[in-house]
Amino acid sequence: MPIEPQGTGLREEELERSDVLTVSYQPMARYAWATGIAISRFLRGLKDGEIVGTKCDQCGRVAVPPRIFCEWCFRRSGTWIKLPDTGIVNTFSISYISTDTTRVKTPTIPAVIQIDSAGNAGFLHIIGDVKPEDVKIGMHVKAVWLEPEKRKGSITDIRYFKPTR
Amino acid sequence: MSLSQWRCRSLRRVAVVGVGVTPLKPTTPEVSYKELIFDAALKAYADAGVDPRRDVESFVCSSEDFYEGTSIFDEYVPDQIGGALKPVCTIAADGIYSLATAYMQILTGVFDVVAVEAHSKASDIVNISPIYDLALDPIYVRPLGLNANFVAGLEMNAFLHSSKTNLMHCNKIISKNRKNALSNVIAMNSTNAVPRRDRVLSYPLAEEDVAPLADGAAVVVLAAEDTAKSLRDDLVWIKGAGWASDSPNLETHDWDTATYAALAANQAYGQAKITNPVADVDVAEIDDTYSFKELQHAEALGLAGARKAHEMLEQGVYDLCGDLPINPSGGSLGMGHTLEMSGLVRVIEVVQQLRGMAGKHQIAGDVETGIAQAWRGVPTASGAVVVLSR
Amino acid sequence: MLVKKRVAVVGAGMTKFMRRAQETGKELAFEAAKQALDSAEMRIQDVESVALGTAPDAFDGVHMKGEYLLDGAGGWQKPYSRNFVGGGTGVFSAIHGWWHVASGLFDTCLVVGEEKMSSCLPHPQTAFLTIFDNMIERPLGPNLIWIFALEMQRYMQRHKIPKEQIAQVAVKNKRNALDHPSAQIARAFTLQDIMSSEVLAWPVQRLDISPVSDGACAVLLASEDVARKITDSPVWINGVGWNLDTTYWTNRDLYFPRYVANAARMAYDMAGITDPRKQIDFAEPYDPFDYKELHHMEGLLLCRKGEAPKLTAEGVTERDGKLPICPSGGLLGVGNPIAAAGLMKICELFWQLRGEAGKRQVAGDPRTAVAQAWGDLMQIGTVVVMHA
Repeated sequence: MPIEPQGTGLREEELERSDVLTVSYQPMARYAWATGIAISRFLRGLKDGEIVGTKCDQCGRVAVPPRIFCEWCFRRSGTWIKLPDTGIVNTFSISYISTDTTRVKTPTIPAVIQIDSAGNAGFLHIIGDVKPEDVKIGMHVKAVWLEPEKRKGSITDIRYFKPTR
Repeated sequence: MSLSQWRCRSLRRVAVVGVGVTPLKPTTPEVSYKELIFDAALKAYADAGVDPRRDVESFVCSSEDFYEGTSIFDEYVPDQIGGALKPVCTIAADGIYSLATAYMQILTGVFDVVAVEAHSKASDIVNISPIYDLALDPIYVRPLGLNANFVAGLEMNAFLHSSKTNLMHCNKIISKNRKNALSNVIAMNSTNAVPRRDRVLSYPLAEEDVAPLADGAAVVVLAAEDTAKSLRDDLVWIKGAGWASDSPNLETHDWDTATYAALAANQAYGQAKITNPVADVDVAEIDDTYSFKELQHAEALGLAGARKAHEMLEQGVYDLCGDLPINPSGGSLGMGHTLEMSGLVRVIEVVQQLRGMAGKHQIAGDVETGIAQAWRGVPTASGAVVVLSR
Repeated sequence: MLVKKRVAVVGAGMTKFMRRAQETGKELAFEAAKQALDSAEMRIQDVESVALGTAPDAFDGVHMKGEYLLDGAGGWQKPYSRNFVGGGTGVFSAIHGWWHVASGLFDTCLVVGEEKMSSCLPHPQTAFLTIFDNMIERPLGPNLIWIFALEMQRYMQRHKIPKEQIAQVAVKNKRNALDHPSAQIARAFTLQDIMSSEVLAWPVQRLDISPVSDGACAVLLASEDVARKITDSPVWINGVGWNLDTTYWTNRDLYFPRYVANAARMAYDMAGITDPRKQIDFAEPYDPFDYKELHHMEGLLLCRKGEAPKLTAEGVTERDGKLPICPSGGLLGVGNPIAAAGLMKICELFWQLRGEAGKRQVAGDPRTAVAQAWGDLMQIGTVVVMHA
């Protein structure tokens, strides 16, 4: 390479010993997002213990999570449809780290759950009530819901999906 | 490059074939940002007579993560504009930058039809003030603990002093734009009240000097000449596009002059062969995020000629019925300020004026050439200009 | 299609890629930009436009980060803009610069890719929580590794790929990087090292992942007439392509990056490449994780679906193999300052195609190569084809 790369690498110890000067700041960035027509309906559905999707009148594709448009036909999606709370595992992982990269003892099993009768449409959720080594792609699962009075209209109204057979 | 040095390049002609914008509102709780954008997109594609899935070849979107509350926000743009599994990209800047990008994409010859999108869901931000503060230099400025408005206050003071503009002129801008907005169906404003300046934010900046935030979405469709001509007759051509950034550091900030606007205009006017803006420009939609900015920009854009912008304002030149109407839409002060969408709304206004479709606030007479200009807001010294004509 | 103006890369520069740089983002951008200019014996006054790429503002804690960086990037009083397409940004920045010149509007464009991830506490990865859907994904407490693990799992399952074949990519790239002057953390690892590294989110293990880094790169682009005055060996950007899949990644089959294939087809078409396997001499696909190199080789149509692991096992993708892949050492070896990493691949193509890659030089006088980046929610493919 005809050039000499520049740059001064720092080691963690230099930072901890305050050998270099630093400035720190905590941003305050808070949002309250309007969930809109489609996701409001989806979340209300979850509060009522059901999974709701939309179906495009033109191509027949089912969308879950629902949206008011079909992105393939570029038109308003025609109909709301109730979907079963069962599905199959499209893919999964066994995660030993949390959001801030700290290690956890009990792994979390995130997965993409393809909802039954929705084609290959589905959403991200967690698998539970199963040993990690027993999880397989293609496994049939069913939603385990929070008690009705504890639900608040959130994706976490479904506690997790568990294997049915 | 000065006007005279701009090379004469033979470029493809590019026109605006479709525009769509949602009415600006202080809040839009009933729709998500995707649904708001979908509305604007439907309008624009209907206006252009195109099916985005079949006819639009590339999409350019404007957004900034911290306005959305999502990192890598560009992940969330394609579906509601018809761009799924197509060339879609995001420019982190105002909609006019994205328009200039779409313009360049068509000029390369690779695309014939490109759509541009920008939006504001300011109402989803609980408190925007700390977000503005987050744009200040983290090492030299943020430790001062000042609300970012102070930058506008300093600029306003410097500009008023150098140009001998006074607060009455600023009031006149506010009143002019509020009044214009009353005739604009998409504008948020509904007041004609005279500014009282009794709530000062950062002297001399008062609350009324600051354009109120609004939600909205806008989509513009551009096409190369042959395709454009097959779509409609009342084409509005892009004659020039320019954008520029002056120093991002407050320590070397140009306090009284909007140099970035002059540089951007230089490029755009050079391409459009405009040598005398006061005479050649029939309508101007320029940034008025803060009232004084309209005058500061007018001067930088050459719209005051050899005189001061406030003199032109006093003589009614910039009024809706004046010789060079500025912000017939009502501007951000009148319509509402839509963050990175601001410039694109102005482009749409100019297009409507040139088409003769601006309704109750249509400028009388021959409206042949217009400019739309954007500024990226405090604490930047960056902006873009586009020249449009029939 | 006839592109208005031919565009060449005439200069390149890059900083070291470090876990944590003392330099600010502005300074990193400056070092790379200055080197790119010096390498072409040009001054900033000679540059007509500047295009910058940098990934999430959340890393730096600066809103409108592009504005903050512009002086370091040479954008003062120039037409300056920032593109942002997640991980695809590095290679996309070259495309962003390309249309400045290909449009005929400018004769020169300085392209800069910069990333300072280390500012984010407690760890840059925490900033990635906010890339997930604000309404229905963030409440699940996801982390970035999940995405890769889910995609990797699907890819492995579909083609029944043993983990060893994937880990081999990490071994190869980390070894290649020993010859890259910017690689600060380069070390030779054995297959055993990779396979026994800590499991983070199965099937992803610690050494499958490229190191988080700070760094910057820059390239100088020029139109044909100007390029020939600057250098005797301009490297042409013959084809560009980009493609963004639907946001709804949970409605797609992740085993194959169809959006990378679409982007590749667009770029190959423009470059007149009809048989990439034969006509591409070497490639720099995006390799933030080892399996990604394989996934992208297939997306770039350099081999059949599921064939990439076998080619790796056979040594085809080694630097002295028939189709060298990531001769630079890639992100796995050199480091991953997101936007800079993608642009690093463009720099590598530039140096290799001019025969200036030193110990990393692939043999046989390569003439045509492809660089690719990927990002968002397994969504975007950005591809550039260059030719000597």
